[in-house]
Amino acid sequence: MLTIENLHVSIDDKLILKGIDLEVKSGEVHAIMGPNGSGKSTLSHILAGKPGYTVTQGSITYLGKDLLDMEPEIRAREGVFLAFQYPVEIPGVSNIYLLKAALNAIRKYHGLDEVDAMDFLKIIKQKTALVEMDQEFLYRSVNQGFSGGEKKRNEILQMAVLEPKLCILDETDSGLDIDALKVVANGVNSLRSAERSFIMITHYQRLLDYIKPDYVHVLADGKIVKSGGSELALELEKKGYSWLEEQAAA
Amino acid sequence: MSTSAQQIENLIGKNYKQGFVTDLETESFAPGLDEVVVRKLSAIKKEPAFMLEYRLKALRHWMTMKTPEWAFVKFKPIDYQAISYYSAPKKKEDGPKSLDEVDPELLDTYKKLGIPLDEQERLAGVAVDAVFDSVSVATTFKGKLKEAGVIFCPMSEALQEYPELVEQYLGSVVPHTDNFFAALNAAVFSDGSFVYIPEGVRCPMELSTYFRINAANTGQFERTLIIADEGSHVSYLEGCTAPMRDENQLHAAVVELIALENAEIKYSTVQNWYPGDKTGKGGIYNFVTKRADCRGDNSKVSWTQVETGSAITWKYPSCILRGNNSIGEFYSVALTNNYQQADTGTKMIHIGENTSSTIISKGISAGKAQNTYRGLVKVLKSAKNARNYTQCDSLLVGDRCGAHTFPYIEIKQPSAQVEHEATTSKISEDQLFFCQQRGLSPEDAVSMIVNGFCKEVFKELPMEFAVEAQALLGISLEGSVG
Repeated sequence: MLTIENLHVSIDDKLILKGIDLEVKSGEVHAIMGPNGSGKSTLSHILAGKPGYTVTQGSITYLGKDLLDMEPEIRAREGVFLAFQYPVEIPGVSNIYLLKAALNAIRKYHGLDEVDAMDFLKIIKQKTALVEMDQEFLYRSVNQGFSGGEKKRNEILQMAVLEPKLCILDETDSGLDIDALKVVANGVNSLRSAERSFIMITHYQRLLDYIKPDYVHVLADGKIVKSGGSELALELEKKGYSWLEEQAAA
Repeated sequence: MSTSAQQIENLIGKNYKQGFVTDLETESFAPGLDEVVVRKLSAIKKEPAFMLEYRLKALRHWMTMKTPEWAFVKFKPIDYQAISYYSAPKKKEDGPKSLDEVDPELLDTYKKLGIPLDEQERLAGVAVDAVFDSVSVATTFKGKLKEAGVIFCPMSEALQEYPELVEQYLGSVVPHTDNFFAALNAAVFSDGSFVYIPEGVRCPMELSTYFRINAANTGQFERTLIIADEGSHVSYLEGCTAPMRDENQLHAAVVELIALENAEIKYSTVQNWYPGDKTGKGGIYNFVTKRADCRGDNSKVSWTQVETGSAITWKYPSCILRGNNSIGEFYSVALTNNYQQADTGTKMIHIGENTSSTIISKGISAGKAQNTYRGLVKVLKSAKNARNYTQCDSLLVGDRCGAHTFPYIEIKQPSAQVEHEATTSKISEDQLFFCQQRGLSPEDAVSMIVNGFCKEVFKELPMEFAVEAQALLGISLEGSVG
C-alpha cells in the first residue's frame, strides 16, 4: 500500500528526516516510536501533505501513485487520513456539517452521488456509537469547547465516517486518561480490516497495550534505527530510547 | 510569505457575475446639478408642490455642506457636476401597466440576476419591486397586497397616490440636513420603494426591492420609506447589483423606517454592488443613510445586512429607540476583498425606558482590503434600564488586509447596562490544512470557515436570502486560496 524510500525532508533548511525506508502492506498496523524531536510528527505531516516541508531526496509511493505529487485534499480523497495531534477548532461550523461536506467531497471524487440525508444520519448514528460519543456533539462547532479527550475521539469519529485506507494517528494517545484511551483504542480496533492499514505515532507503549501493532519502528534523529515486532515496544518501555540513540550515533 | 498564506492570496480574485450591461434606450439628463435640474426632475415625475419645495430646500442646504472625511476610507474627490442625476429606460407611451408591457430586455436582465418578476413564481412568496437606474420598473403581487391593505409601490407612485402619507413621514427620520449624502439624496432622489402596513396587519409575504444601476456616468439615489402602523409586522428584503465599469459610480440612498406602537419591521439587505476589479479600478461608492425610528412603545426594528460589494461602503443602519420597551437589532456581515473599503456599523440611540439593543457585527477582510466597524451606543438620561449587547468579530484572510473597530459609547443614565465584546482572528493555516486533510478543496474550506464565522448573522436572514448570502460569500472569496 505504502512504500517510503530513502526519504529526506527538511524544514527551513534544517534536515529533519534523514533517509527513511518503510513498507506498509494492506491490513498492517505499524507503530512508530521515538524520543521527542526524532521526526515522528514530520513523517505524519509529510504523508498528509502539510505545507512548509521540503523533500530533498527519496520517494513515497501510495497505491502505485506518487504521493508527493498530490495536493493534500487529493491524498485525503485517495484514502489517506491523519488523526491530528492537536485538532483545530472551527467556530460556527458544526461537526455534522464538516463530516457531510468531507464525505461528499470524497464521494464526488470517486464519481459517486452525494450521500442521501437519511442514509447519512444512519451512518452517523452508528459511528458515534463506535466512539461512545453523544449525538449532541454533532451539532456543536468543530472541536470548540471540547476537552482533550473529546477532540481525539472526534478525530476517530471522522476516521470512522470517511473510511480511509491509510490511517495515520499522530500521538492520538497523548493527553488521554485511561478510559478515553480505551474508547479511542476500541474505535480504532473496530476499524481494523484486511484493506485498511495504520501508522500509529506514539511516545508510549501504553497505547500498544490496547492496539496491538504488527510492527514497531524506532525513529531517532531522523532515521529508523530499529524495527521489530510488538515485543520491541516492551523492551523500549523498560530500557528507554537512549541505548538506541547511542547505537545510532556510533 | 508562507506557502499557505500564498495559497490564500491566490484564492482571492473574484468573478463578478452580475457585471453585464443591458442595452436599452434610456432617457438621461445631461450631467450637472443645480435648481434647474431639480425642478426638471420634479416636473418629469409630476410631483406635488411640497416635494419640489423639499427638494429645493435640501439642495440649498447641500450646497453649503462639505464631503464628510471622518470615515476610515480613502477616495478621490467626487465631481458632483459630472454626474447625471436622472436616467430611465425610455418609456413607451406612459409606462408599463403590467409586466407584459415591461421591456423584455429589462425582464431578461432581472432573469439573469435570478430575480423572479413573473407572478407565476408565486411560490417564492416574495413581492418584488425592481428599480432600474433611477426608476421603478415593476412591482409584483400588488393585487394580493392590496387585499391585505398593504401599500407597496414605487416612491414616485406613492407621491401621486398617497401624497399625505409621504408628506407626513418623509424626512421625519433622516432630515434633509442630516448629512452630506442624505441632503444630496433629498434633493435628487428619483425613485425607490414605499411601504405602508396598516394597523394590526401582518404583511402576508416578504417584500423585496432589487436595485440595479445600469447606465454609465449616473448616480443612483433612491429613497425608501417604510411605515409600520400600530401592531403591524413586515419583513423587507433589499438586493443590489451593478455592471462592471471602469469609473466609479455613486450610490447615495436614504432609507427611513418608522415603527409605531407594537409594530415590527425586519429589514434585510444583500448588497452586491460591483466592487471594482482586482487592481481597485471602478466599483460603486455606496454612501447610504439608513435609519429606523422605533417611535411607538414596544416597537421593534431589526436590520440584517450582508455586504460583499461596492468599492467603498459607508453605511450605518441605525435605530432610534424612542418608544418605551422598544428593541433595536443590527446583524451585519461585511466582506471586503482586493482593494475594497468598508466603514460600516450602526447607531443605537436609547431614549425610551427599558429599551434594548443588540449588535452583532462580523467583518471579513481579504486581499488588500480595509474593513472597519464603527458603532455608537448612546443612552440618554430618559432611558432608564436601557440595555445593549455588542459583539464585533473580525476575520482576516491572508496577511495584507486590515480590520479596525471603533466603538463609541455614551451613557447618561446610570441604570444602563452596556456590554461590548470584540475579537480579531485569522483563518489559520492549520484550519485550512485540517479541512484539506478531510478532503475539502481550499476554496470550499475557506468558504466553510467564513460561513461558520458568519453563522449568527445568517440565521437572522429570511431563508431564501440566507442561501443567497452563503453562495455570495463563496463567490466573493473565489480565488482567495489556491
